Amino acid sequence: MFVGPALLLIGFFLVYPTVMTVARSFFGRGATLFGPRVEFVGLTNWKYVFTNQVMLTSLRNNALWAILFTSCTVGFGLALAVLLDRVRYEKIAKSVIFIPAAISMVGASIIWKFVYAYKPATLAQIGILNAIVVALGGEPVGWLIQRPWINNLCLIVVGIWVWTGFCMVIFSAAYKNIPKQLLEAARIDGANEWRVFRNVILPLLGPTAAVVATTMLVQVLKIFDIIYVMTNGNYSTEVIANRMYKEMFNYFNYGRASAIAVVLLILIVPFMILNIRRFVAQEGARS
Amino acid sequence: MNLRKTVSRTPLHLVILFFVGIWFIPTLGLLITSFRAPSGIANSGWWTVFPKLLSGGQFSLQNYVGVLQNEGLGRAFLNTLSISVPATAISTFVASFAAFGFAWLRFTGRRVLFMLVVGLMVIPLQMTFIPVLPIYSKLGLAGTFPGIWLAHTAYGLPLTTYLVHNFMAGIPKDLFDSAAIDGASPFKVFSRIAVPISVPALASVFIFQFLWIWNDLLVALVYLGALPNVAPLTVSVANLVTNRGQDWELLTAAAFVSMSLPLLVFFSLQRYFVRGILAGSVKG
Repeated sequence: MFVGPALLLIGFFLVYPTVMTVARSFFGRGATLFGPRVEFVGLTNWKYVFTNQVMLTSLRNNALWAILFTSCTVGFGLALAVLLDRVRYEKIAKSVIFIPAAISMVGASIIWKFVYAYKPATLAQIGILNAIVVALGGEPVGWLIQRPWINNLCLIVVGIWVWTGFCMVIFSAAYKNIPKQLLEAARIDGANEWRVFRNVILPLLGPTAAVVATTMLVQVLKIFDIIYVMTNGNYSTEVIANRMYKEMFNYFNYGRASAIAVVLLILIVPFMILNIRRFVAQEGARS
Repeated sequence: MNLRKTVSRTPLHLVILFFVGIWFIPTLGLLITSFRAPSGIANSGWWTVFPKLLSGGQFSLQNYVGVLQNEGLGRAFLNTLSISVPATAISTFVASFAAFGFAWLRFTGRRVLFMLVVGLMVIPLQMTFIPVLPIYSKLGLAGTFPGIWLAHTAYGLPLTTYLVHNFMAGIPKDLFDSAAIDGASPFKVFSRIAVPISVPALASVFIFQFLWIWNDLLVALVYLGALPNVAPLTVSVANLVTNRGQDWELLTAAAFVSMSLPLLVFFSLQRYFVRGILAGSVKG
């Protein structure tokens, strides 16, 4: 009775549609889900997903995002947590880096679109990045249209900017839980700061890093807002989630959109299993 | 000795300053620009305001008046409020019931069902839109506030239930036992003991969920679309980028309107927000 309403909602909005979407990925475009006009097309949508040029670009970009975004958010988050613990202005510096976690990706995208703003070399630059480039004697760069590496990198930077504070806060809490005597003991034994970090702090924060990294991977696989707002997937910046949205709302091809959604699901299934395993282990520890 | 210490710590301060700069300067640029006149924005960088800072006359609220009145962001702000407040309230309410049930009531399938909830925490929402939308159209829920309240509630439930469950499962069993001996019904135990004790956890979940819904773009795009009478800030601002992409006086002010409340929440309730994040990630 207590769990009834929750299960009803989860059943209708999450479980039922997931099953239907998997099935739908084997059917044609169609205006309805399974109407008389929707035909079974076998693996056609799946062939599209893994051979179409734009889809291949999306898969490549998602892989690029996964590698760079995850390593930088986790790496910077960890480094900042440890470094900021050593200065007196820790609190305010942490707040500044944490702020993007509270605002929307849409807001963050506008902030950075303005940083990347481009004007021809004859005009005054209004984007700070190009102003710096010009001040150093360079030519202004169209950061968001230089395919395929510069623009994708610039988009990934926005993602890192949004999520690093989130990682830092988690690392910081875990770091402050390490007994300080442990670090002192290592220092007295003659270890320098780097060795203290490498041999004491890092192993102790390992489990936290694993959790943070998986959280970031789950986030990055579904990345959508930044691309939708900043480039809408043009100039080779497409990603899976934005492609799914386009197939659904611009081309009304529900079969293809379903297949693309299932790709996301398949990529995320390992993390679902991991979460459940972690939960079971935690339950075991409790009882 | 003291001097040596200061010198050796310089690189540390420089690294931190570098990061803080990258995190602060872009937002500062946007904030300054949102108060500048359109001609100034288009012809000079925002950093050029500093030498003339004392002479005044560079800043006005004109851009904010413009986006709130002419671009419909005032309406969008109210729409976002009408979406996020009820949706967050409903979802916290439903989640607290479910969390209590999973933590303290014995029923068949409890474990398996809760494992399902845990697994669904990370499901891509993209898996759910295509089958739900036609049903929404048939029921007349597409493009309505109740429609998106339900969707947000359901999408948030796995995580919120999990978070509240973790907290409630940690309440000492004796508290419930003595109440049960006194003959209290499960509902009484829930409302008189479990909920009052869980207020800090519920507050964290509420703030976390509120910010998530306030900042959501995807779910709003799918279930509400861009109709001005329902579209939230995120959708309206994203449309502004598409249609008026070079009008920075509008975009910068619009971005700050959409960020105003989250920033307010962030600075006044940061403690709860952090607690929500920690509960969600360290344990999960």
